[in-house]
Amino acid sequence: MIKIAGLYKSFGTTPVLRGVDLDVRRGETMVVIGQSGSGKSVLIKHLIGLLRPDRGEIYVDGTAISRLRGEALQKVTRKFGLLFQGAALFDSLTVGQNVRFGLERYTTLSREEMDAVVADCLAKVGLRGVERLMPHELSGGMRKRVGLARAIAYSPEVMLYDEPSTGIDPIRADAINDLINVMKTDLKVTSIVITHDMVSSYKVADRIAMLHEGRIIQIGTPREIQASRNPVVQQFIRGEAEGPIKIF
Amino acid sequence: MRAPFVLQTAIRLFEELGEVGLLAARTFQSIFRRRWERGMLVRQLEEIGVRSLPVVALTAAFGGLVFGLQTYIGFNRYIGPGSEGYAGPIISLGLSKELIPILVGVMVSGRVGSAMAAQIGTMKITEQIDALHSLGADPVRYLVAPRMIAGVSMVPCLTLLGDVIGMAAGYLYIVVLMGVNGQIYVQNVMLYLELWDVATGLIKAAVFGGVITLIGCWQGLKTRGGAEGVGRATTRTVVIASISILLLNFFLSKALPASLTLK
Ligand SMILES: Nc1ncnc2c1ncn2[C@@H]1O[C@H](COP(=O)(O)OP(=O)(O)OP(=O)(O)O)[C@@H](O)[C@H]1O
Ligand SMILES: [Mg+2]
Repeated sequence: MIKIAGLYKSFGTTPVLRGVDLDVRRGETMVVIGQSGSGKSVLIKHLIGLLRPDRGEIYVDGTAISRLRGEALQKVTRKFGLLFQGAALFDSLTVGQNVRFGLERYTTLSREEMDAVVADCLAKVGLRGVERLMPHELSGGMRKRVGLARAIAYSPEVMLYDEPSTGIDPIRADAINDLINVMKTDLKVTSIVITHDMVSSYKVADRIAMLHEGRIIQIGTPREIQASRNPVVQQFIRGEAEGPIKIF
Repeated sequence: MRAPFVLQTAIRLFEELGEVGLLAARTFQSIFRRRWERGMLVRQLEEIGVRSLPVVALTAAFGGLVFGLQTYIGFNRYIGPGSEGYAGPIISLGLSKELIPILVGVMVSGRVGSAMAAQIGTMKITEQIDALHSLGADPVRYLVAPRMIAGVSMVPCLTLLGDVIGMAAGYLYIVVLMGVNGQIYVQNVMLYLELWDVATGLIKAAVFGGVITLIGCWQGLKTRGGAEGVGRATTRTVVIASISILLLNFFLSKALPASLTLK
């Protein structure tokens, strides 16, 4: 479904991605883990053309997307729903208008149908009756959930979650894990989940990939990752300050 | 060391001109080719037009007053007492062709151009521009095009209103305050002021409206680096837009024919 091949990206003189190879199969949930600043957000921004690779290519359903523009690119972005790390709600629009935004551009539903979808998606993320509020009237966690409702509203084939549980209380975070799993089983949605949270990784992942120093250093099922012999992977999944990754 | 620096500056200048040109091209393309974003357009018409009314009315009124004041002195001193009634056409001409379009242009740069840069810049650094992309909305079409339509249409409207207020203020100063014969004043204005004079001012205003919008949106879209970056984009917009208006004004004055009546 998605194939990332030899992706290089640097900002100025700082290389961030240095040859990332990753295949995501249709219908699977791929969790990407890695240190803060390792380039996880940069990686998923390449998938919908927000960033262009310096080298390498990204294939979505066999189409190379790194040079697409305009309507051709829009056809690809239509397949993706992206939950931004910082929610990225439109602050001049109400919550309801935010969630409708993709519906208005990607679908031909009637007004009433859109209202129903909006209410339904907000309910899925545990929010009710907030349509008329402005984003600045919400808490950080609520904003994140509205961002999620906005991303799933137009039923994308692929969901990209940038740290879905960060900033959300543990109970609601687990509800989001369930939502990710339900979307997989019921709607056959392919997902890429970026997270630091190993518990939720194990809960949602079919496979886990670890991004380190610009490359995917290991990829496998949760079981394989847990049994990894790679000390970097072990340090990360156990959350230890001591180890091959030096933070100071 | 000197030559490379000059060269670098020149290269940067051309790069930036290129960026602005490209943005302009994409904006006009989306205005003429695609469906308009109605809601955004209405909002911008209100933001640029209606909300600028008080500022424009106030500056135009005082512009007209002070122009009346100095013209009165000029006529009184150089042509002689009693000639002040002939100040009318000069005041009206000066206001409608130069002073009001510039005043409105500069006020709108400060009020609206800066707001565009700040708003779009904030959207940029909080990834809302990226979110627009991901939800199938082209930022140029969604953000820039409505502002462009509003800018090009509302700045001339504001200027026309400013013309009326400015001329009334000039009349107020010369006729009401200084006691000059109002009939002579108005007669002279009617005789010498051409519709084309007012039109020239409006044409310039439309150009200024476009330039302000373009610079505000361009600076907003290229904002980077947090709140500080937004601040920088805002100030830059006001400075670049104001300077561009003053420079362009001269060249437009030179290029537009002084009168349309063929002799
Ligand atoms: N637009 C940009 N311009 C310059 N540098 C950038 C840009 N975006 C990201 N970077 C750099 O790329 C690196 C990776 O950033 P990224 O946001 O992908 O990290 P991340 O893995 O998502 O971290 P976190 O888990 O904290 O979100 C960082 O060092 C960052 O400074
Ligand atoms: Mg990130």
